[in-house]
Amino acid sequence: MIFVFLLVFLMLAGAIVASIFKDLMNSVIAMALVSLIASILFYFLQAPDVAMAEASIGAALTTAIFIIAIRRTKRHEE
Amino acid sequence: MRKIISLILLGIVCVGIIFALYSIPFGKDKIKVGKHYIYNGIKETGAVNIVTSVVLNYRGFDTLGEVTILFIAALGLGVVLYGKKKKRKEGLEPASLVLYTGCRFLFPLILLFGAYIFIHGHLTPGGGFQGGAIIASGFLLSYLGCPRKWISKERFNITESLGGLVFVIMGLIGLTIGGYFLSNFLPKGIANTLFSAGIIPILYCAVGFKVGAELAGIIYNMIE
Repeated sequence: MIFVFLLVFLMLAGAIVASIFKDLMNSVIAMALVSLIASILFYFLQAPDVAMAEASIGAALTTAIFIIAIRRTKRHEE
Repeated sequence: MRKIISLILLGIVCVGIIFALYSIPFGKDKIKVGKHYIYNGIKETGAVNIVTSVVLNYRGFDTLGEVTILFIAALGLGVVLYGKKKKRKEGLEPASLVLYTGCRFLFPLILLFGAYIFIHGHLTPGGGFQGGAIIASGFLLSYLGCPRKWISKERFNITESLGGLVFVIMGLIGLTIGGYFLSNFLPKGIANTLFSAGIIPILYCAVGFKVGAELAGIIYNMIE
C-alpha cells in the first residue's frame, strides 16, 4: 500500500514538474515518467490491457514523437 | 488579478469534482450489463479474455470507429507535413556499432512479440492496439539504429488498407450470414485454445496490422 502511495506521489510530482520546466526536453521526460507510473498503477488495479496500451503508446511512442517534434522546433520555452 | 480569478475558478471546479466523486459508492456495482459480460461472455463469444470479447464482439462496431479515428489522425499529420519535405542530408551520421548490432538483433524480436500479443488477444491480456503499438516502437528503433534500411511509405499504406479492408469484409460477411454487422459466424471452438472464438482472432490480426502500419507511418512522416 505504501508503495502505491509513493508511486502516486511520484506521478503527481512528475506532472507538476512537467508543467514548470522551461526546457521542453525535460518536460517530455517527466511526462514519460507520468505515463510509466500510470501504467504500473493500471496493472495494480488489475487492468493489464490498459496497462500495456499505456506503456507502449504513452511512455514509448508519444515520447519519441514529442522528441522528434522538439528537435525540429525550438527546445526552450520563452 | 487574472491569476487570482483563475485560482478561484479552479477551486470551484475542485469542490464540484470532490462532491461529485463523494456521492459515487466505490466498490459496488451499479451497472447490470457488466455482470452479464463476466458470467456469459465466455459462453457467448468463446473468448477467454473478457475485455477482448467486449471490444470485438459486443462493441465491435465501436472498434471500427476507433481505428477510423486513428486513420484520420495519421492522414491529417501526413497532410500537415506534406509540403515541408526536407532533402535528407547525404552525410547522415552512421549509428555506432553497438546501436546498429543491437537494433538488428532486437528488431525481429520486437516484431515477434507484437505479433504474439495480437494473435493471442482472445487468450491473454493485450490485443490489436497494444500489439500494433509494440510493432510501431520496433520500427522506431530501426529508424534510429539502422537508417540505411528504411522501409518505403507505400508498403505501410498497403498494409494499413488491407487491414481495414479485412475488418470491413468480415463485418459484411457477418451481416449476410448472421443478420447483423460483425456477427460471429465461425464456430466458437473450445475455449482457451488458440483456434477458438470465431472471427475474433482474424479481426484482431487485421487491427494489429492496421494500427502498427499507421503508427509506423506517423513516425516515418515525423522523421522524414
